[in-house]
Amino acid sequence: MRVLFAIILLLLPAAVSSEEVVLGLSQDEVAITTNFNGSEIFIFGAVKRESPIPDGELGVIVTIAGPSVPVTVRRKERRFGIWVNTDGVEIEAAPSYYAVATSAAFDEVLSIRENLRHKVSVPSMIQSIGTPTSVIDASAYVNALIRIREGSGNFQLLEGQVVVDSETLFRTRIELPAALTEGAYQTRIYLTREGEVISEYETSIDVHKVGLERWLYNLSREQPVIYGLMSLAIAIFAGWGASAAFSLLRN
Amino acid sequence: MQIYLPIAEVSVNAFLLLGLGGMVGILSGMFGVGGGFLMTPLLFFIGIPPAVAVATEANQIVASSFSGVLAHFKRKTVDLRMGVVLLIGGLIGAALGVVLFNYLKAQGQVDLLVRLCYVVFLGVIGGLMFIESLNAIRKTAKGGAVPKRKKHNWIHKLPFKMRFRVSGLYISVIPPLLVGLCVGVLAAIMGVGGGFIMVPAMIYLLGMPTKVVVGTSLFQIIFVTAFTTMLHATTNYTVDVVLAVLLLLGGVIGAQIGTRIGVRMKAEQLRILLAMMVLAVCGKLAFDLLVMPSELFSLGAAGGH
Repeated sequence: MRVLFAIILLLLPAAVSSEEVVLGLSQDEVAITTNFNGSEIFIFGAVKRESPIPDGELGVIVTIAGPSVPVTVRRKERRFGIWVNTDGVEIEAAPSYYAVATSAAFDEVLSIRENLRHKVSVPSMIQSIGTPTSVIDASAYVNALIRIREGSGNFQLLEGQVVVDSETLFRTRIELPAALTEGAYQTRIYLTREGEVISEYETSIDVHKVGLERWLYNLSREQPVIYGLMSLAIAIFAGWGASAAFSLLRN
Repeated sequence: MQIYLPIAEVSVNAFLLLGLGGMVGILSGMFGVGGGFLMTPLLFFIGIPPAVAVATEANQIVASSFSGVLAHFKRKTVDLRMGVVLLIGGLIGAALGVVLFNYLKAQGQVDLLVRLCYVVFLGVIGGLMFIESLNAIRKTAKGGAVPKRKKHNWIHKLPFKMRFRVSGLYISVIPPLLVGLCVGVLAAIMGVGGGFIMVPAMIYLLGMPTKVVVGTSLFQIIFVTAFTTMLHATTNYTVDVVLAVLLLLGGVIGAQIGTRIGVRMKAEQLRILLAMMVLAVCGKLAFDLLVMPSELFSLGAAGGH
């Protein structure tokens, strides 16, 4: 994998807090190529401070969130002996990918109040609005969404995966699965002490298809007629070519 | 070697796809069937979304039938007139099928529809084939004669008669139109060519001579599946050309090998093997529908509009 030491951004000393994040990313873009099979992002940085180290445990939280899109969660029920989709709940905005890495157990690093304010944990990232009245237990659907995406590696909670050295340097690795959605992946870093956020920093990682993948995908959405005709032509040519080549080999 | 499919948006092993294509190709070469009805469920099993599997399979069938129909044109075993009548029915059926498909996709029921169609058709066809070939094996063992089929039935009493010279028939256009229509609906919903329905219908229902049946059905299948591919590509954006080409390359080579294996085996044995395979795929699909799934919830794109 190419590792681009692309940016080392210096945060301007605008915040009032005495401790700030200085961040580095192994790469600020992920290219989905034909043989794309997931990627790993190395996030590292330092805490900049002008005063002595304050009291209390330093916590570091790193989150990466993929683009949010509406999702329909459907539930199966047994009807006439077979399992069919019955009810569905539309969740207004759910990230296609979301990873949270922390330097210690999640509730030690971040208090409940701060979590609600900054929307850090997986459930607080997902907002559910406009659930149908026929469905009583909407939270079951939200939990199902989280469970399914956790199972596929699209939602990750990496407790204790951020390594902090001498209260100053921190680093973590976050894995991106093979099935990624294109878009800007919002990356947030929080510094906490005693569960309170003392500094936050935001940047984004650009994930996009490149080359042939991008071209085919865009063509299929923008010029579906041309794409359809092209698919037919390519398939006919490939089929005819392969059988012609095979009969040549045989003779 | 993992390969990222741009439309399906999943990463799959390229050799697995080539192998699947090859395996189904061998079977289709051995048994002289299109193989769509085996390939589409296999694509479900490896995790390709059903909507993409159905649309892409339609695209692949166009290509794999193309060289077949060229050979039949050379041998003059295509009844063009009958083919066009079947085709008109097929195009109407495909359009209806895609409308139904898109409606159920919006309702979140398209997986169920596709799977149910497969269970019903594979079950019926596999069962019939199994019984028929068992009987045939028993008869050849006893040395009995094969019964002749009747020349006249209720088909000949319908209006709008038309002369089909190549097939030597003078029958109403209604039954071929209906046969074409059914096959068109199936092509759109199940991603199959429909040869496994059309060929028996042409022989037993329309009374066409066996030598023109395969060429004529291939002629109809090419245009109907091409039309289906275009409809899926323009309304659902679910045709994955990378997937289609990989399956095709494996399929063409497999078919050549399969044809040679097929020549060495007895027809009844072949048919009973195919019947068992069809029933196995049907059983797996039915099992998935009947057994309580480990995950009762599923995710889908919102709205569908």
